[in-house]
Amino acid sequence: MKGAKLVLCGGRCLVPKTTAVVPLCSGARSAASEAQARNGPRQSASFTLNLFRGRFEPTQVFPFPEPLSDDQRQMLQELVPPVEKFFQEVNDPAKNDENSKIEEGTVAGLWDLGAFGLQVPGELGGLGLSNTQYARLVEVVGAHDLGVGITLGAHQSIGFKGILLFGNPQQKEHYLPRVTSGEYAAFCLTEPSSGSDAGSIKTRAVLAPDGKHFILNGSKIWISNGGIAEIMTVFAQTPIEKDGKTVDKVTAFIVERSFGGVSSGPPENKMGIKCSNTTEVYYEDVRVPVENVLGGVGNGFKVAMNILNNGRFGMAAALAGTQRAAIAQAAQHAATRVQFGKHLAEFGAVQEKLARMAMLQYATEALAYMVSGNMDSGAQDYHLEAAISKVFASDSAWTVVDEAIQILGGMGYMKATGLERVLRDLRIFRIFEGTNDILRLFVALTGIQFAGSHLQELQRAFKNPTAHLGLIFSEAGRRATAAVGLARGADLSSLVAPELRGAAAELGKLVGEHGRAVEAVLLRHGRGVVEQQCVLNRLAGAAVDAYTSAAVLSRASRAARRSLPGAAHELRLAAAWAEEALGRIPAQLAATRDARSQAHFQRLGALGRDVADQGGQLCPNPLYL
Amino acid sequence: MSRVLVGVKRVIDYAVKIRVKPDKSGVVTDGVKHSMNPFDEIAVEEAVRMKEKKLASEVIAVSCGPSQAQETLRTALAMGADRAIHVEVAGAEYDTLQPIHVAKILAKLSQDEKADLVIVGKQAIDDDSNQTAQMTAALLDWPQGTFASKIEKTDGALTITREIDGGLEVIKTKIPAVLSADLRLNEPRYATLPNIMKAKKKPLKKVSAKDLGVDLAPRIKVVSVEDPPVRQAGSIIPDVDTLVAKLKEGGHV
Repeated sequence: MKGAKLVLCGGRCLVPKTTAVVPLCSGARSAASEAQARNGPRQSASFTLNLFRGRFEPTQVFPFPEPLSDDQRQMLQELVPPVEKFFQEVNDPAKNDENSKIEEGTVAGLWDLGAFGLQVPGELGGLGLSNTQYARLVEVVGAHDLGVGITLGAHQSIGFKGILLFGNPQQKEHYLPRVTSGEYAAFCLTEPSSGSDAGSIKTRAVLAPDGKHFILNGSKIWISNGGIAEIMTVFAQTPIEKDGKTVDKVTAFIVERSFGGVSSGPPENKMGIKCSNTTEVYYEDVRVPVENVLGGVGNGFKVAMNILNNGRFGMAAALAGTQRAAIAQAAQHAATRVQFGKHLAEFGAVQEKLARMAMLQYATEALAYMVSGNMDSGAQDYHLEAAISKVFASDSAWTVVDEAIQILGGMGYMKATGLERVLRDLRIFRIFEGTNDILRLFVALTGIQFAGSHLQELQRAFKNPTAHLGLIFSEAGRRATAAVGLARGADLSSLVAPELRGAAAELGKLVGEHGRAVEAVLLRHGRGVVEQQCVLNRLAGAAVDAYTSAAVLSRASRAARRSLPGAAHELRLAAAWAEEALGRIPAQLAATRDARSQAHFQRLGALGRDVADQGGQLCPNPLYL
Repeated sequence: MSRVLVGVKRVIDYAVKIRVKPDKSGVVTDGVKHSMNPFDEIAVEEAVRMKEKKLASEVIAVSCGPSQAQETLRTALAMGADRAIHVEVAGAEYDTLQPIHVAKILAKLSQDEKADLVIVGKQAIDDDSNQTAQMTAALLDWPQGTFASKIEKTDGALTITREIDGGLEVIKTKIPAVLSADLRLNEPRYATLPNIMKAKKKPLKKVSAKDLGVDLAPRIKVVSVEDPPVRQAGSIIPDVDTLVAKLKEGGHV
């Protein structure tokens, strides 16, 4: 009865937990899951989705993924040193920042190095790296120069990723060799009036009378590589016939600058990643051959979301590298700088800073490699985890580099030290590719929707009890024990190292609490939960804390199990992280339903609205002058 | 057209801080970053450039050492060498491997492979022996051009500019010859990732010193390896007379 995963009976099929698919492709749902959808609520192997159901799903978290074959590992061992060497000896991040341009020799070197086609198949001009291998190399780039990182990432992680994921054989054969031999690519979605609300874009593509071309008109903004890209993935509204009516649906197109009618504005003057080219791009009656539709007419939104999902782990990996470098600078300073007769590292306050920086970096790295590892192993459901990895990595990176500057004191503030540039460079990571604010809501809402679909099943079961006895009994059993307070979380002790069993047990318990909080929220708000962003953000925060805890417990347990160097340190980092992250969850969950928090959210909502109405602070200074 | 044999050695990376083992038997190598000897990189680069200028037809990289020496050979292949030969020498035998052994190996291989040119780095940054090129040339009875900072090929001869203590010396030798590369000979290219992938497909042959008829019996015994003495503090002397007196005291004058 308690075997939660084998609950469904009475003619419903059991779906294998993970369906093996080509690692990079996360587009269509498999036939099995389609069948499942028709027969009942979707099953998923995602830790986060199941967290919202109050169920502990370990498949994609324990054990820590080991996606590299011996061959891949050996290859990676040979690839990392040249990349490191290039970034240490050739690339000059300070110069790149000062001139708002990557030095020409460096650009040529990067193309020669093969850095622009890391995941393109070998026969089409690339290196054919897996996601995990890509993550490791991107880590090196992130540790040295995020501006170069974005130039590379905008090109391959999103710029032409659509062709890799959705391109037909002709499109792949035609374009992939070009983007690996000198032609830049760009991802063109955002418009002046459509940022987070990507579905509202106004660029339009209309089929020409000859039926062989689409005519593209519109303008895009904040496009990385916009001024230098020859090959662009452009998203535009296309009129579609549906049920006898004409509706607008977004379609993805491969557009070449040489098609004519494509122009770009001057490079934007940015806070950071200055050497990365960012411009507006304009399309005026551009004739795009119908063969250049990517992923099918009307599927543009899905194409865009999949591209972004697919590339998110890369940002976490890059920022893990950035944080590692910053911690090294801070640690070296703390170990050598003497004040009040002691090294800075001997003071408790500094120790706490360094510890927290190390914990954040450890968790960021765990997420990056967990997501890339899951993707390489064929996981279908990783978008929530990818979103969390991006949010967590970017928030953490800001904190880590900020604290590194603080540890270095006045020196940290100086340009020559380099940290101020890194801080300016990484700020954008909280904004682009899905703002952290949107992604948090996305995590909460998707999780709630998943939980809700199962709850609806339950409600339906109660309406027709005899057909669904198994489901009812198991749920009743689960809730009864929970209500009595015997909330028995999943038995996680076999999954983690002995030192972490306490934390694992607590995580198991909190997973159940999370599910109950979600149920309460749904009960109270129903569909209206979409409007309750304060509540959604608390659920998202709790989800991030739970997932990061699971990830570090898994990572450290693997190190201990395999007696890897530094395993003892990993256990300490994991224990410290779990202590704090799990400690935050109860309060966040409570805030989703207790009366005081709800009243406070109302208060915050009203204050926020009034500030917007007032056009600023609500009252003058205390002097009233 | 000529076949060039290049000797490469896997050494502790130049940027690593060397630590002496507590038992004073050597330096710590476990888990320490290793890479190709910098002067050998220059040698490989020169050989590859010769091939690109069509002065050579094939570049063969050779390394003597444990299995990890293959990493160094793959770097040479990624830089443009055509094939590699790994002479496996491991454990205690490797600890006492000396230039004389390596020279014998290179000499034998040069004959077997019918090489026209042997290029090695002028010295390895771990033992600083500066002997292998010279010994190899003597064993083969070939001319040698050591500390080469410029190599030009004209018909069947080589014009070599050598960096010597007094300045630069230009010599002419016939081919075949043995050369050793000095710092300013060239600037080695960076191995690109696509070339590293291609290098995987290039042939790498493994042989033993015994196969080559070379005896690796040790000629030396390492007695102890120690850190250089900690530098003593100096002292400020008030005048020249005191200085002279102190120098006489120390037996320096």
